[in-house]
Amino acid sequence: MLWQALVLQLGYNATLVTIGSCLLGIAAGATGTFLFLGKRALVSDAISHSTLPGVGLAFMVMVALGGDGRALPGLLLGSAISAGIGLLFVSWITRHTRLAEDAAIGAVLSVFFGFGIVLLTVIQTMSSGRQAGLESFLLGSTAGMLWNDALVISIGGALVLALTLILRRPMSLVAFDREFAAGAGMNVPRIELAMMGLALAITVVGLKIVGLILIVALLIIPAVAARFWSNRVGHVVLIAGAFGGLSGYAGAAISATAPALPTGPIIVLIAFALFTISLLAAPGRGILAVILRHFRFQRRVHIRQGLLALATGQPIYERLTLRLMRRAGFVRRDGVATDTGRAQAAKALLDERRWQILRSNARHEAAAARYDGLTPLESVLTEDQLAELDSSLSPKVVI
Amino acid sequence: MQLELATKNGDRQADNNTAHSPLAIRGLTVSYGQKPAVFSVDATFEPGAMTAIIGPNGAGKSTLLKAALGIIKPLSGRVTSYGQPLAKQRHRIAYVPQRASVDWDFPTRVLDVVLMGLYRQLGLLKRVRPLHIEAAISCLARVGMEGFANRQIGQLSGGQQQRVFLARALAQTADLYLLDEPFAGVDAATEKAIIAVLKELNAQGKTVVAVHHDLATVPDYFDRVFIINTTRVAEGTVEEAFTPAALQEAYGGRLATAQIAMTG
Repeated sequence: MLWQALVLQLGYNATLVTIGSCLLGIAAGATGTFLFLGKRALVSDAISHSTLPGVGLAFMVMVALGGDGRALPGLLLGSAISAGIGLLFVSWITRHTRLAEDAAIGAVLSVFFGFGIVLLTVIQTMSSGRQAGLESFLLGSTAGMLWNDALVISIGGALVLALTLILRRPMSLVAFDREFAAGAGMNVPRIELAMMGLALAITVVGLKIVGLILIVALLIIPAVAARFWSNRVGHVVLIAGAFGGLSGYAGAAISATAPALPTGPIIVLIAFALFTISLLAAPGRGILAVILRHFRFQRRVHIRQGLLALATGQPIYERLTLRLMRRAGFVRRDGVATDTGRAQAAKALLDERRWQILRSNARHEAAAARYDGLTPLESVLTEDQLAELDSSLSPKVVI
Repeated sequence: MQLELATKNGDRQADNNTAHSPLAIRGLTVSYGQKPAVFSVDATFEPGAMTAIIGPNGAGKSTLLKAALGIIKPLSGRVTSYGQPLAKQRHRIAYVPQRASVDWDFPTRVLDVVLMGLYRQLGLLKRVRPLHIEAAISCLARVGMEGFANRQIGQLSGGQQQRVFLARALAQTADLYLLDEPFAGVDAATEKAIIAVLKELNAQGKTVVAVHHDLATVPDYFDRVFIINTTRVAEGTVEEAFTPAALQEAYGGRLATAQIAMTG
């Protein structure tokens, strides 16, 4: 059953929902990257929680107009309006009071969510309309989703993705360096508004599938995970889109295998698995790579110190240094230097002396800045420069 | 009252020069909360000159630049560039913000930062072509950083970061270069490299305005000064305006007499 779901063999509706969810994930990952890099990730939490009153009010209005209150476009429009109002409150509070943005987010988020829950409770007591299923906006559900709903979600996701790609340059410039962007004549507040607007659109489009409580995870986790893999904005956006799309696709497919499985939490769990893998295994920024790099560096430092001690005839006390020196074949088991060890030690000492001369001479300032106690001077200077430097070495050292 | 202050602080005969000035500021006031950081300042920067904006800490040097560029919204004041509203002349202005103002762990390479200087040409959708990359690399070469094009910006030293910022401004190919503390916290080699580039720009007829904090180097690096301490203290060539009296007025007791003697 799971395999069938993953290869889109569970029927027309389930297939469409899975594809829609994949598109939504790609758009959320790409858009969320700019929120994350601009350090505005939490704003999306305020946006998503502010959608709930809009869902409730839109339902009531549609019932009052004689419908059953379940039309998705109507509910999404309502949620977009109330999320927009929440967003305006956050930026107004931040700009016109002494409260910081996090406090404004906390206040708006809880008030709007509370109001939304009250509205949903009222709706439960209403006699008209088909209220069953409105709670699915909290955690997301693909069960009973219609062809039309899936179409709305797919088109919405594709539109947001296109807009994000069009605005990628101004958005990354503002996220990196607002002052330069403003100085170059960009309308920074308008670009930030567009960034928030895209996050709002993702939230609204994703309400039905992921649910408002967890949509923030789909915006942020792919971006955070992708950051481990690349040092370039463009690549981070692409990878985040891929992670988001994968999470959306697999999450919707898995949840389609059983009617009671909520979609949002499964999508988020898959995104989290991708994050964990990135955190541990990514080359460069991943934890394992960082630890490995640290140990390699430590080894180089210990060996260098050990060689310098050998060359100057000082005893080596540190166990780790001795062990590393032994393993490299520089000293014997009893602590006496081998021939290779002595040769390497003399070389290290010469290198260190050369560095000393270099660093005491103001003329070599640029080269001296590269001193870290490890880099051999031969890799910094040319042969001629080395020879010139050696002329001031005394006593002359010959290898 | 307002008019009187503006006149006292103003420079009436300079209004004739306003039409040619790359950056002319009239009656600029900027306030954080209720306390003005810059109060009713007039300034007319000479075309083709190298001007240092100097003054004690908190005197409003950086604020003056940011407000002139519209990065901070001023309470009052008018800013023109080459006789037109500044907004119409932005393509002729390059700005180098303070190094500390950005997140250096941002996922971007040195080359990408310099390419940001070409955003005006690239617009929203145009692809980055080899000619853009060549332009960016040649700007990096002018500051001695061409070997670092593919480095992540977080791996650079402070001085290298500052040079990359300067390279980005060079990529903007402007007529007026505004720099906010370009020598703050950089090594001596970088300081030399930066001043060499600025003098080269100046020799090409470009106008350079820099917020500067090291009084000892003012006469070597610049030909004009603008001294500010919330209000304008003095403005003119180094010989005219960089006087012990003006410095005493701007810095008050905060300036060691020895330093005045040295610079005067």
